[in-house]
Amino acid sequence: MADPLEVVTTVSITIDGRPVEARPGELLIAAAERAGTYIPRFCYHPRMEPVGMCRMCIVEVDTGRGPALQPSCMIPVAEGMAVSTESDVTKKAQDGVLEFLLINHPLDCPVCDKGGECPLQDQTLAFGPGESRFVEEKRHYEKPIPLSGLVSMDRERCILCDRCTRFAKDVAGDPLITFIGRGNETQVNTFPDDPFSSYFSGNTVQICPVGALLAKPYRFKARPWDLDQVESTCTACSVGCRMAVQSSTNRLVRHLGIDVDPVNWGWLCDKGRFDFEAVNAEERLGAPLMRKDEELVEVSWSEALTEVAERLAGASERHGAGSLAVLGGARLANEDAYAWSKLARTVLGTDNVDAQLGDGLPAEVVLGLPRATIDAACQAGTVVLLTPDIKEELPVLYLRLRDAVVSKGLRLIELSPTATGLTGLAAASLRYRPGEAAQVMRSLLAGGDGGAGDGSDDALREAAAILGDGPIVCVLGRPSLAESADSVVAAAGALLEARPGTTFLSALRRGNVHGALDMGLAPGVLPGRVSLHDAREWFTSSWGSLPDTQGLDAAGTLTAAAEGRIQGLVLLGADPLGDFPDRDLARRGIAGAGFVVAIDAFLTESSRQADVVLPAATFGERGGTTTNIEGRISRLSAKVTAPGSARADWMIAVELASRMGSDLGVESVDDLWDEIERVAPSHLGLTRTVLQSLDGADGVLAGPADDVGTAGAPPTMSQADEPGVSAAAAQGQDHLPGNVQTEEAVLGAGAAGGALGSEAVTEAFNADADTADYADGASEEAGGGEEAAVAAAAGAAEDDDAVVGEPSGGGTEGGAGPSRPPAIRFTAAGASGGPPPVDSYSLRLVSGRKLYDAGTFVSHAPSLVTLAPGANLRVNPADLDRLGVTTGTRVRVTSSRTSLVLVADADLGVPKGTAGLWFNQPGQGAADLIDVRGPVTDVRVETLGAGAGHVSARGGGS
Amino acid sequence: MARLSPDNEVLARQIIARYPRSRSALIPLLHVAQEQDGWVSDDAMEHIGELLGLTAAEVLGTCSFYEMFKLERVGTYLVNVCTNISCQLLGGEELLEHVEGRLGVKAGATTPDGMFTVEDVECIAACTEAPCLQVNYRYFHQITNAEFDSLVDDLRSGRRSDEIPPHGTTTRIRQHVPADRWAGLGAEGLPPEVT
Amino acid sequence: MAVTDAPKIITTRFDVADGHTLAGYERTGGYAALRTALGRAPADVLAEVKAANIQGRGGAGFPAGVKWGFLPPDVHPRYLVVNGDESEPGTYKDRLLMERDPHQLIEGVLISSYAVEAKQAFIYVRGEMAHAQERLAAALNEAYAAGLVGRDIAGSGWSMDVVLHWGAGAYIVGEETALIESLEGRRGMPRLKPPFFPAAKGLYMQPTIVNNVETLANVPWIVSNGGAAFAALGTEESAGMRIFALSGHVRRPGVYEVEMGKTTFRDLIEAPIYGGGIRNGGTLKAFIPGGASAPWFYEEHLDLPLSKPSVDKAGSMLGSGAIVVMDHTTDAVKACARVVRFFAHESCGKCTPCREGTTWLHQILQRILAGDGRPSDLELLMDVCDNISPGIAWPPKQTTICPLGPSAVSPIASALVRFRSEFEAYIANGRHAAAVPVEVGARG
Ligand SMILES: Cc1cc2nc3c(=O)[nH]c(=O)nc-3n(C[C@H](O)[C@H](O)[C@H](O)COP(=O)(O)O)c2cc1C
Ligand code: SF4
Ligand code: FES
Repeated sequence: MADPLEVVTTVSITIDGRPVEARPGELLIAAAERAGTYIPRFCYHPRMEPVGMCRMCIVEVDTGRGPALQPSCMIPVAEGMAVSTESDVTKKAQDGVLEFLLINHPLDCPVCDKGGECPLQDQTLAFGPGESRFVEEKRHYEKPIPLSGLVSMDRERCILCDRCTRFAKDVAGDPLITFIGRGNETQVNTFPDDPFSSYFSGNTVQICPVGALLAKPYRFKARPWDLDQVESTCTACSVGCRMAVQSSTNRLVRHLGIDVDPVNWGWLCDKGRFDFEAVNAEERLGAPLMRKDEELVEVSWSEALTEVAERLAGASERHGAGSLAVLGGARLANEDAYAWSKLARTVLGTDNVDAQLGDGLPAEVVLGLPRATIDAACQAGTVVLLTPDIKEELPVLYLRLRDAVVSKGLRLIELSPTATGLTGLAAASLRYRPGEAAQVMRSLLAGGDGGAGDGSDDALREAAAILGDGPIVCVLGRPSLAESADSVVAAAGALLEARPGTTFLSALRRGNVHGALDMGLAPGVLPGRVSLHDAREWFTSSWGSLPDTQGLDAAGTLTAAAEGRIQGLVLLGADPLGDFPDRDLARRGIAGAGFVVAIDAFLTESSRQADVVLPAATFGERGGTTTNIEGRISRLSAKVTAPGSARADWMIAVELASRMGSDLGVESVDDLWDEIERVAPSHLGLTRTVLQSLDGADGVLAGPADDVGTAGAPPTMSQADEPGVSAAAAQGQDHLPGNVQTEEAVLGAGAAGGALGSEAVTEAFNADADTADYADGASEEAGGGEEAAVAAAAGAAEDDDAVVGEPSGGGTEGGAGPSRPPAIRFTAAGASGGPPPVDSYSLRLVSGRKLYDAGTFVSHAPSLVTLAPGANLRVNPADLDRLGVTTGTRVRVTSSRTSLVLVADADLGVPKGTAGLWFNQPGQGAADLIDVRGPVTDVRVETLGAGAGHVSARGGGS
Repeated sequence: MARLSPDNEVLARQIIARYPRSRSALIPLLHVAQEQDGWVSDDAMEHIGELLGLTAAEVLGTCSFYEMFKLERVGTYLVNVCTNISCQLLGGEELLEHVEGRLGVKAGATTPDGMFTVEDVECIAACTEAPCLQVNYRYFHQITNAEFDSLVDDLRSGRRSDEIPPHGTTTRIRQHVPADRWAGLGAEGLPPEVT
Repeated sequence: MAVTDAPKIITTRFDVADGHTLAGYERTGGYAALRTALGRAPADVLAEVKAANIQGRGGAGFPAGVKWGFLPPDVHPRYLVVNGDESEPGTYKDRLLMERDPHQLIEGVLISSYAVEAKQAFIYVRGEMAHAQERLAAALNEAYAAGLVGRDIAGSGWSMDVVLHWGAGAYIVGEETALIESLEGRRGMPRLKPPFFPAAKGLYMQPTIVNNVETLANVPWIVSNGGAAFAALGTEESAGMRIFALSGHVRRPGVYEVEMGKTTFRDLIEAPIYGGGIRNGGTLKAFIPGGASAPWFYEEHLDLPLSKPSVDKAGSMLGSGAIVVMDHTTDAVKACARVVRFFAHESCGKCTPCREGTTWLHQILQRILAGDGRPSDLELLMDVCDNISPGIAWPPKQTTICPLGPSAVSPIASALVRFRSEFEAYIANGRHAAAVPVEVGARG
């Protein structure tokens, strides 16, 4: 007897006479593609609502009433449907559509960026009419016009598929480009003088099926057939978007998003897409520099390393290993971070290591809270945001959350000191005064009574009602650099205490900060999310000696340095003068450190002060792995060679260790990973085989599976939909042989397809076919998805006789070795003191980051550098009135640190009593004002004397 | 070149209140702008966007789809001559030729004095009254060349300004709903909208 | 067949001087049907309209009662949208209904909203119809003030609002899903249906009934006289009275309300009280039976009754009730080109075949008219048509979303098959075979 509750799991259809099992609700075009039949299309994009506009995908469909032409991108499969993709009627109709698309197309393929990878060109070569029957004059438009500083539009090439405009409106939420006009005169354009300044504009270039949308950083840089490609992971921020990195003549020329289901769905932000320009920059360091007669001059590696080794050893000898410190590492690959973590502990003998520069959250919090994935957050009913502006700092996470709100009804409850890019999407947005996050959180959890923040009790009660009793995912970061992390941590603690099932998604932004913390680049933390204290025995057995006591974090290190207690400071891709919240302290710290060595790709404000600068390889030049906000490990690939003699950070660590008489015991990135897998408890079982498996290409979550809070991702189909951008493993969970064929259909259609295939993927890691199959098999057994990957990881690990500890920490190998140390667990910090007293004459400073700032990569990417908005003081209009200041006027801003003159702008998103100032914009700014000694920074704002400020309409007094 | 006047902003808010979703008021507000200025300026579109929570591009996207919205200045009187099939059969094209000759401009153009803009338009739903034309959307059925000439004279001399308001005004009577009569149930139960 | 003496239903006040005012309307029996309806259950009223078997007057001819029955139960709010966008070339009746008898439409809207349980109705008037807008605004203001619209209608406790809305010039907005998009403040581009029909997901993705002005104007009469009485008029397949706009080369062009099914095209074109025959004693060359989208008819179709199935079967449609008559002096190429120009101009631009194809057809025809035609153009025209409407059959197959694109095929397929020699003459000589000057004015 049939189970009445049984869910129909397949729909049987026939495609060209062949029986095909489709998924219920699946669009015909997708079902056909999975079954190996590629139906041509232009407007359809698997990550956007279909519009059925281009009509290229029409096929004859018979649902029992005779065959009729239907757009396969709009028609869900239905039981018994018979589809003819090759009938004469279908072919004639498709050829007709193609001809219509071509009659007004300029056919200027030889000078088009898209030439060689253009679906329209491919379709035409494959199926199109030979001779044109169109003798009329074509539609004419002015050749490419800029839509923004990054993107231009050639309207003559546009085929009006609505992809870019749909993306702008539905995906990015920035409807700044639109169809204008009607019918044959329709064009895509912006409002006059209102550019397409979206953080996501580059995606439109990628998804444009012709060469209508052009990216300035790529224009005329290369032809597709000259391009070489690897798959890698973006490290511009920590979301971990997968992308194809393309080069031509050993220069990076383009990044394209890859569709991986758990992370970026094919999207990239413009910073991640275009900051490759910095990798190519002239200013890249290609040789070591050493200070001689006050000047940094080029020297050999040998001379530089000898100097560094001697100076560090000397300092250690004279002042003890505790006088050495390593700051930074969040821009490194995991393997680099691990090498430096090991070097610091075992060779330098110091625990003064910190990948964060006082701009994040304590490592124990990040590592110790129960974790959530991006999917889990998006599928949660309710998400609490306690973060900086996600749109600015983790742009593609913003896209994912936005989608969850818009299309899945996710309720966002935001606690933030000012309005953010997500405020408009939030079901409730509560403002808290800096330093008072914990109070507002407690009131929220108590049902909205006794509100302490600026939000009225009504707003709190409303938010509490929305919060409900269901499971919660909290996205947690550092909302403002002008308040200490304490109150945010206390807020998280209060949430976890009141709602023990809550899981957390980190919102720390720097590229591989999570990997660096996992690798132990934080004081008191060792690789694998364990504490120095708990893991001493475990690591002593594999590393040898360890520092005796917990070291200093970044603020502690800089303070100690300022006081002369740090005699050897390593800046590992770190620029405290740019990134540490308190520039005064950073300046004194660097000045006070006895010897400073900077390992960096560029000269930064900080590395300019160093005694030795060692040139490092950077993104696109080195392999390894990186770890995203979820703890997902995915691969980085080298595509070009680093300038001059610049090299990977791990190599520098190995060479330095050897100059200091030690041997780190590794000779390659692979060695490093194998060691990480062996010794880092959270990474046990994540062998290279696992990472190279099909599922591993989407990244593999570190940490025990039950710690990860993964919600099974819905079966979303991902497709090779743009030339050259096909995730090898992104073909859905079932590895039907048809997918391979499909990809060939896409890629092979163009003349240049071959060079761009995903075969290049495995360049960095040479997958062992047998083990890959094994892992794959295991994952299928476990039902696919990430959980499966973890299960596969465990399986593979067991097979390798590797150490697989129980979550509770049982020993292995007959109990001979030390027992696996427990993972760091977050324990709610002791109740922080009450909120700092409010001084009614001052404004409390809030400082977060913009996507484009004075950061190293943006500063060296010519297309991006001009986009940094600069730092104006943003003040509530009521406060401006009170101060007698009109918007746009210069004011004097004074904190305990210093006094600056800034332009004040009225901003309704900033609550009364606070003042917003973007962090790390060019010139003086927030870091000069912030004093990290206090929990918050209050500033006085005064008008400048007559004549110095704005000139009044009457001309002002003299 | 103007944003909506304070009075028109009040009117705009009344119109918006009538719709379950504010964006539905977009076309009505563009008509308000066109009535105010005779055409739809960039400033007006930006202002309307602010009132409806839309980008200016979205306003332009909708606005530019519709024939009646003029993104550049047109004459005080818009003369729309129908040349579609029923009129064509009975001299619509010849009428257009006469109109063009009389006013000295081709279809699509405006007389130098800014009084008249001529358009060659599609069917205006007066097919049994061919040939016909509209001046600012007021009908002239079965119009002869001579009748058109005297109409032009009348308009130039202001004799028919009561009957034909300047371009931009379609209806001169607006819907008014006394507050106590409005049932106001339109949005009830609509799912929340996310923009 | 002959001219029937069936009662007029919706044109009765066209000649009543104050028929457009509330006073004039009530004096002539207005708003009685509303009170009758409010005394009955909504389902009963719906059943009455279903029994009337009234086919939609907007073009597609779908029975209104059946459409109303498609509303998903218990999904609210629901909306009623009145399609007053009348723009199909040749069509002229909704404007008159709105200008001359606005209260009749409002009453129809109220009763229909009651029957389908809509809480708000929108009357979408074509933008270019200033007078209709004024008349409807005035009528609505009167009706609101008189307690006939809005809160507690006619003391019944039932409430609903009617909002007057007008467009801004775009023929495609007459298509019901484009109308909804436009009413939502967007570009009037049709939605693909399926997956959604407005009755299931329409305005704001809520259940929505879209009906033509004329369709709804009939509703008060149906409620007053009973669905059966309406169904008894005309024939079983085509019930009731219907307004036809008779234009072109007849002696008496005009708007006539005639009994469906029992009247033929010949009656309408030739009867003295209707068209009175071809002007100047000329002969019929062709006529369009249902608006510019419809394939042309000829002499041999004159005796077909004005009924949906018989016209459908003969390969065209009654469409929007627009009959355009062309006499022997007509230049078929010019006429055809003019209609094609219309569709090219009015394409919303969404579908490639419509956007590019109709423009291309227009360009080819212009070239032929300009004397630059090539012999291969005729095959080309047909093949481009075939790529927009595969098979060039009736009812049309389409490679497009809505029927607008395929509509441009109708005049070409008609004229090029029937009057091919005229096209050939243009191509050979650069001008029309007969070159007859157009005679201005119809009467003669
Ligand atoms: C291109 C196109 C234009 C149309 N224009 C109109 C129109 O102006 N008025 C109208 O009532 N229906 C028009 N229709 C038909 C409508 O889509 C719809 O069928 C009708 O409004 C339903 O009302 P009814 O069932 O009462 O006829 C048009 C359809 C198409 C495809
Ligand atoms: S057929 Fe033409 S008018 Fe209809 S939706 Fe397509 S493009 Fe628009
Ligand atoms: S209509 Fe289906 S892909 Fe464009």
